[in-house]
Amino acid sequence: MTMKTRAILLGATALMSVLISQRTFAQIGTPYIHDPSTIMECEGKYYTFGTGGGGLISEDGWNWNGGAERPGGGAAPDAVKIGDRYLIAYSATGGGLGGGHAGRVLTMWNNTLDPKSPDFKFTEPIEVAHSLDDEDCDAIDAGLLLDPTDGRLWLSYGTYFGFIRIVELDPKTGKRVEGNKEINVAIDCEATTLMYRDGWYYLLGTHGTCCDGPNSTYNIVVGRSRSVTGPYIDNVGRDMLEGGGKLVIAAGERKTGPGHFGRFVVADGVEKMSYHYEADFDQGGRSVLAIRPLLWKNGWPVAGEAFKEGTYEIESERRGYALELAVDFVRMQGSMHRFWEKDAQPMTPLKSQTLEDVIGTWPKGDINVRIGDYMFRPHQKWTITAVPEAGGYLGGPYYKIVIEGTNRALAATADAEVVAVPQFTGAPEQLWRIDQLTDGTYRIMPKKVPGTDKELALVSVGDSTPTLGLFDMNSDNSKWNFHDR
Amino acid sequence: MSIFHHKKWLILGLSLLTGIYAEAQQTGAVTNRAPNPTPGMMPGPRQPQPIQTPTYLADYFVPATKDVSVPDEKGFIRRWMLLEPISKPNRSNTVFTDSYLKQAFDTLYFKNQFTVFPKDGEKVKVGKQKLTWHALDSKLYNVKLYRFAAALKKPVYGVLFWAVTIIDCPEDIENVRLSAGSNSASKWWLNGEEVLLLSGDRRMVVDDCLSRRLTLKKGRNILRGVVINGPGMSDFCVRFLNENGTPVKNMTISNQ
Repeated sequence: MTMKTRAILLGATALMSVLISQRTFAQIGTPYIHDPSTIMECEGKYYTFGTGGGGLISEDGWNWNGGAERPGGGAAPDAVKIGDRYLIAYSATGGGLGGGHAGRVLTMWNNTLDPKSPDFKFTEPIEVAHSLDDEDCDAIDAGLLLDPTDGRLWLSYGTYFGFIRIVELDPKTGKRVEGNKEINVAIDCEATTLMYRDGWYYLLGTHGTCCDGPNSTYNIVVGRSRSVTGPYIDNVGRDMLEGGGKLVIAAGERKTGPGHFGRFVVADGVEKMSYHYEADFDQGGRSVLAIRPLLWKNGWPVAGEAFKEGTYEIESERRGYALELAVDFVRMQGSMHRFWEKDAQPMTPLKSQTLEDVIGTWPKGDINVRIGDYMFRPHQKWTITAVPEAGGYLGGPYYKIVIEGTNRALAATADAEVVAVPQFTGAPEQLWRIDQLTDGTYRIMPKKVPGTDKELALVSVGDSTPTLGLFDMNSDNSKWNFHDR
Repeated sequence: MSIFHHKKWLILGLSLLTGIYAEAQQTGAVTNRAPNPTPGMMPGPRQPQPIQTPTYLADYFVPATKDVSVPDEKGFIRRWMLLEPISKPNRSNTVFTDSYLKQAFDTLYFKNQFTVFPKDGEKVKVGKQKLTWHALDSKLYNVKLYRFAAALKKPVYGVLFWAVTIIDCPEDIENVRLSAGSNSASKWWLNGEEVLLLSGDRRMVVDDCLSRRLTLKKGRNILRGVVINGPGMSDFCVRFLNENGTPVKNMTISNQ
């Protein structure tokens, strides 16, 4: 190998390293949609509907493609599951469609969202709210909330053209509750929806300029109230009727125009938010479905981080120790300096320990994994990269977790322990699901634990001992952090 | 999602602009049922139709009296002299960059534009337009310019609104900030000095933009503003805030 070739290879490696460390994934497939409804799970598949009719289906929550069917066309539907049925709300008029703001919000039911099912049949749409052509409201952009505290059903709707309004629907029929009057709850929003958590009702809306591709300034904001009918107040005490709203997510990661929030609770402590980006720069500026963790901080929803590939310390939330190979600790050269004495020698930085320095001391076969003091040594640095062909889960791909610079991979064993195998093979027990939890820490789960269908997560059974066990959001044993340090 | 922020529908919006202007010409309380949802995609372009919900000035404003006014409970200034909208067609509000606004707001549209304190009913000439000043008190904390224009059967989109008011202070009030929110962009002058620019495609938010620290001088202060909008509902809200964020209320407001 010539010096020139070596230099090129080194440069390419460095570039790849930079690329990997910065890469995050959008949904794969053909996730092209605008104004996605809250994601619904139906018979093992995920569904979301968008503007203009139709929508997306995913079998795993990661690979999304067209195929969902919704009649009525129009703009910005929403969906909620009530009992065994699905209620869809949408508007086919208003919103400036056709030049005016005379809108009608309609609801319809279906027993299934699977268009291939013999039970797939929408009921006749029922009007539940409307706006006249020039009044201070624009009856589109429906958002539905089934209140978990009392089973009442609420609809929010509206755009920048006047007020966002809330009305009550009958959860048995999907009709407007007789005599119910609309309530103004916000201005300066569109694409609103409601959610409830821990005694608070949250009104989420989209601010900014819609539908302007890479220049779209769409962003999602939130206010909260102790009552579903408001007032919805932001984090500085400003009513959403005064334009208030705390930012949940704006543009970033080469994507602009997040809008049309939807919440999906996967499990206790595992929540996702769905929305669209008006333009994904890496997908030609198309409008795409996005799913990322939903976090909660001080009673406010916060957009979590889409997991970024890279090389990390995997820190146990239990003690703060780091996941590592159970190998000899190789001491580094150098000794303590007498810091109280002057040293005339020029200062020379210490070199970090490298893989080459230690790999010869490691066993060749499987190596046990433990948790120890983090010393930024090679046996503690894990490179995490997506394995897109291995499929995914709601909002993310499966990852392989290997020691940096090697193909030695973290794997689940048949006795529900963890080990580092010499070679990553792509086997299900070597694929890992990584979910950011509502408190910002992470859950790490193997795709499959050999010999069982139980869903187990990586846990700290002791300060220094990892294993696989049932995930418990109330225990720091179940939580991990990723640090690049 | 509003068509007025939807690029790919802008052509449609343009083609309807004439119709939209016509819409502002109130024709009476005729209620037309919205068309039934069209199976499949979006409905086709709407035919010009009568306004369904006519705007009456009295729903949003009352005529300003000769008595002085005071800021409302939250300090918002509700008394304004408003000029009927100047035509300034824009297909989209995305053009409202700082440099565009500098040009649009610093252009002289009518005589003594930056110094005049008009009388109620006074007229100015802007090109071929003859526009009238109206002395009004807003019933709301915000001044709904869209409704002002609609009620007067004036264009509601692609417009510039000028507003001016007089603030009398019993003493110098130092270290206050002008707080403004507007839909869409706006510029504000206090005693002839430019103090605040709200740029971009913007919705009206309370305390959206604040000026640097200012002094409201003892006696008469003149606050002047201009709001520009393409499509959408124009409005603004204005108040002064003390250093600690509380509203400034020890002032009176008049229009003469």
